[in-house]
Amino acid sequence: MRAIAVLLSGLLFGLGVTISGMVNPMKVLNFMDVTGIFDPTLIFVMGAGLLVTLLGYRVVLGWGKPLFDDRFHMPTLTAINARLIAGAALFGIGWGLSGFCPGPAVASLVFGQMSSVIFVVAMAAGMVITRMAISRG
Amino acid sequence: MNPTEFTPLAGAIGGVLIGASAILLLATAGRIAGASFIFGGLFTTRFDENFSWKALFNIGLLIGAAIAGLFWFDPSTIQFPSGPVLTAISGLIVGIGVTLGNGCTSGHGICGLSRFSMRSLVATLVFMAVAVITVFIIRHVIGG
Repeated sequence: MRAIAVLLSGLLFGLGVTISGMVNPMKVLNFMDVTGIFDPTLIFVMGAGLLVTLLGYRVVLGWGKPLFDDRFHMPTLTAINARLIAGAALFGIGWGLSGFCPGPAVASLVFGQMSSVIFVVAMAAGMVITRMAISRG
Repeated sequence: MNPTEFTPLAGAIGGVLIGASAILLLATAGRIAGASFIFGGLFTTRFDENFSWKALFNIGLLIGAAIAGLFWFDPSTIQFPSGPVLTAISGLIVGIGVTLGNGCTSGHGICGLSRFSMRSLVATLVFMAVAVITVFIIRHVIGG
């Protein structure tokens, strides 16, 4: 049951980023182009997603524990430090360069475009290199 | 650069589905639906439970995108504004950034904000602002 739920959760995510058009980098960049050919769609995606999740999380977290696990695995980091700011800023630069963020980029692989493959392979390399650098500390 | 059609309804429906995904994952497996965290988890040498749920989520993600592409989304509308070299650089920077900052648009922007995390609020404001500035520089400073 747990495996089916996780698979279904991924499926809903894939449907969401695709139906919303977020798998189209041009659409995402046009959202960021507030002084140019602005396409406000992304704010409707984020707004609706946030509203639904905000309400759903309140209900679910009130249960005390999830259905198929012994606890909620919540992030434990709370520090607002240079690493968080630098990471978010780098992500912003990368996102603004191509219009791809991780979820839609992985989802877009099914449409068989070489740019999607290039982005995802480079992103995986960036993740692995950074993790190795952090663990060597 | 080309204009894209403003599609608020499809955007909101997509947003609701992403929200439903996040709620379902928390309600069943007790996990946060952060795309970069879940994709990054595939690169490991320990193929345990912590790997298998992430693999399953990613498989679901691909199936969902494929289904949406068959019925509700026209893949031929996809346009890549950047060439292969810039796309590779962008991917590398995104990979570094989301690992250092522990999250992306879904992990911080949807899930983090929904559990009132100050870290996620700061991260979301920073990456949104920096992305807008980056696009402004590329399109209106360099490109203009």
